[in-house]
Amino acid sequence: MHARRGNSDGKGRALAVLAGLTMLIALYMMAFYVPSDRVQGISQRIFYIHVPMAWDAFLAFFIVFIGGIMYLVRRSPGWDQLARAAAEIGLVFTSLVLITGSLWGKPIWGTWWSWDARMTSTLILWFIYLGYFMLRSYVSDRERAARYAAVLGIIGFVDVPIVYMSVNWWRTLHPQAVVDLSGAAMPASMLNTLMVSLLAFTILLGYLLYQKFRIEQAKDRLADLYYEREEAETLAAEGAVR
Amino acid sequence: MLRAIDMRIEPGERVVLFGSNGAGKTTLLRILATLSRPTKGTLLIDGLTIERDAQAARRRIGVVAHQPYLYDDLTAEENLRFFAKMYDVADQHSRIDEVLDLVGLAARRGDRVRTFSRGMQQRLALARAIVHRPALLLFDEPDTGLDRAGVGVLERILEEQASAGGSVLMTTHDLEFGLRAVDRVLLLDSGRLVLDIPAGSIDADDIAERMSSRS
Amino acid sequence: MSAFGKIYAIVWKDLLTEVRTKELFGGMFLFALLTIITFNFAFDLTIVNSPDRPAAVAKAASGAGAIWVAFIFAGMLGLGRAVSLERDRGSFDGLLLCPVDRGVIYLGKLAGNLIFIGLVELIAVPVFGALFNLPVLQPALLLVLGLGTLGFAALGTLFSVMAASTRARDVMLPVLLFPISLPVVIGTVRATTMILTHQTGDLIPWLNLLGAFDVIFLTIAFLVFDRVVEE
Repeated sequence: MHARRGNSDGKGRALAVLAGLTMLIALYMMAFYVPSDRVQGISQRIFYIHVPMAWDAFLAFFIVFIGGIMYLVRRSPGWDQLARAAAEIGLVFTSLVLITGSLWGKPIWGTWWSWDARMTSTLILWFIYLGYFMLRSYVSDRERAARYAAVLGIIGFVDVPIVYMSVNWWRTLHPQAVVDLSGAAMPASMLNTLMVSLLAFTILLGYLLYQKFRIEQAKDRLADLYYEREEAETLAAEGAVR
Repeated sequence: MLRAIDMRIEPGERVVLFGSNGAGKTTLLRILATLSRPTKGTLLIDGLTIERDAQAARRRIGVVAHQPYLYDDLTAEENLRFFAKMYDVADQHSRIDEVLDLVGLAARRGDRVRTFSRGMQQRLALARAIVHRPALLLFDEPDTGLDRAGVGVLERILEEQASAGGSVLMTTHDLEFGLRAVDRVLLLDSGRLVLDIPAGSIDADDIAERMSSRS
Repeated sequence: MSAFGKIYAIVWKDLLTEVRTKELFGGMFLFALLTIITFNFAFDLTIVNSPDRPAAVAKAASGAGAIWVAFIFAGMLGLGRAVSLERDRGSFDGLLLCPVDRGVIYLGKLAGNLIFIGLVELIAVPVFGALFNLPVLQPALLLVLGLGTLGFAALGTLFSVMAASTRARDVMLPVLLFPISLPVVIGTVRATTMILTHQTGDLIPWLNLLGAFDVIFLTIAFLVFDRVVEE
């Protein structure tokens, strides 16, 4: 058995280049092009990272949701691999959203955390992602783990908007520091910067997802090969006895 | 674990499945009982598939496994009443009486299963498996825990099943018992079916030899 | 036999078993009671008919929260044990062998869980009301508890079956259930607070939230249960 050279594949590289380019443009715009916010000053610029990452986190979760449904319907491992990949990337982005949100909040509103609908829903999302991986690691059978994870992905995705809504209503009686992202109409330069950043982060997500999906695919294939080798060894051992 | 199993059981056939521990007998039986899904392949029960007609298929099988599938804190009669309801048995009361008599537990019908000996639980498990008159009996080592009388009950059940046109697939470690009153013998080894022959053409010693040469 | 008949049979069997073994109810009730007593020392829960409205409201809110936390913990205890008992004896496979729609099994288990948790609540609520002098004897409270418990149990019944086949049963159920049932907690506590402080002006939206939650997750769990128990 000889090893194959790592795939030098066009799609991956094209995505990487595209992601890199758009990210560079976005970063430039964030750092130099867009003017500082009048009220919040320079620390407001984290907004251009925070919002796209939140978008990525929820988009990834949507992919987990779709992957889950398709896996339960079609039962092909590819869908589960996609869901796993999206979940891991989503978990990372969610963590970053929580951190950047906190970093942004402290200088502006004086608190590290605010129990507003957005941050709370993101926190719940984080816990659901965590539960997703915990569930997978504690179920011994691969196929069952995939099934259970699919179910959790579906339920979790439907749940997050409901969490958002309920926290929102709850807050109408607990007015607290308002983490206002949409707020007043944004000047064109800010809107442009945000749009470019969103694009850059979406492409980045696509790239990461693509690579992670291939890794998960390879992991499954490797596990299958180990299994087959074990089988062959057992049979060979028995043949030797006969 | 299981490899390329291709088998058929005809109505009225009684089949015994031998194999050493770990050969895959229980796995195979679980798949046939629709408790596990095969990674590849199709299971047809009376022409019905699990995907389309799961409930109709399940209605046609009666299973005895290592666990008795009984509720310890219910009485024998309550257990049978529950399963009769779940299996849509039409004449529940008379059928339950009939079955309790058949397995010799009529006197203990009002006692909780927790108070039963292993042999009695096994007999009640047999009763549970046949209460709905299934076309196919799947018995995984049904003779475990049974005394002489219990084995007699088991043999009577097997006979009646065949004469009613139903089939049986049974596993057992008791080679003599297994070869009595069956029509076909299967041998499972490391997940493969290595033998599929009429019962008359082999005896217990042959089987034992084949099994020991592998383990 | 109709689906209802089979659901009834499953519930009856579980109730009969519980009446004879008393393994679930006693523990759950005791747990709920002890939790709320502990809360009493964590927060001051006694409400006095004081002219000081905000303080009274705050105490009622703590009371509502404490009641519901106690029920959640007790409920989780019950859910976990109910599934464990059946799995460990292998009885669950026996149920799966039967020609019964998996959704019907789910509803049967859900109904049983609802009865157990509901019974604990029915007895515990007046006790809490007496201990902490909260005006709990209002029919609206029954509705709120019912809606909240239904949502919690709908998800809990599904998740407890999933958690039971993992290596860390006791941890897995809360990890799954807590974050996802948060809207139920929020809605139930808020509605209960409103009822306890007689400020039921905005009650309807919360009841709607709970109702919608119940419908959505009951439906999803019902549809998905099949995939969870297939092997």
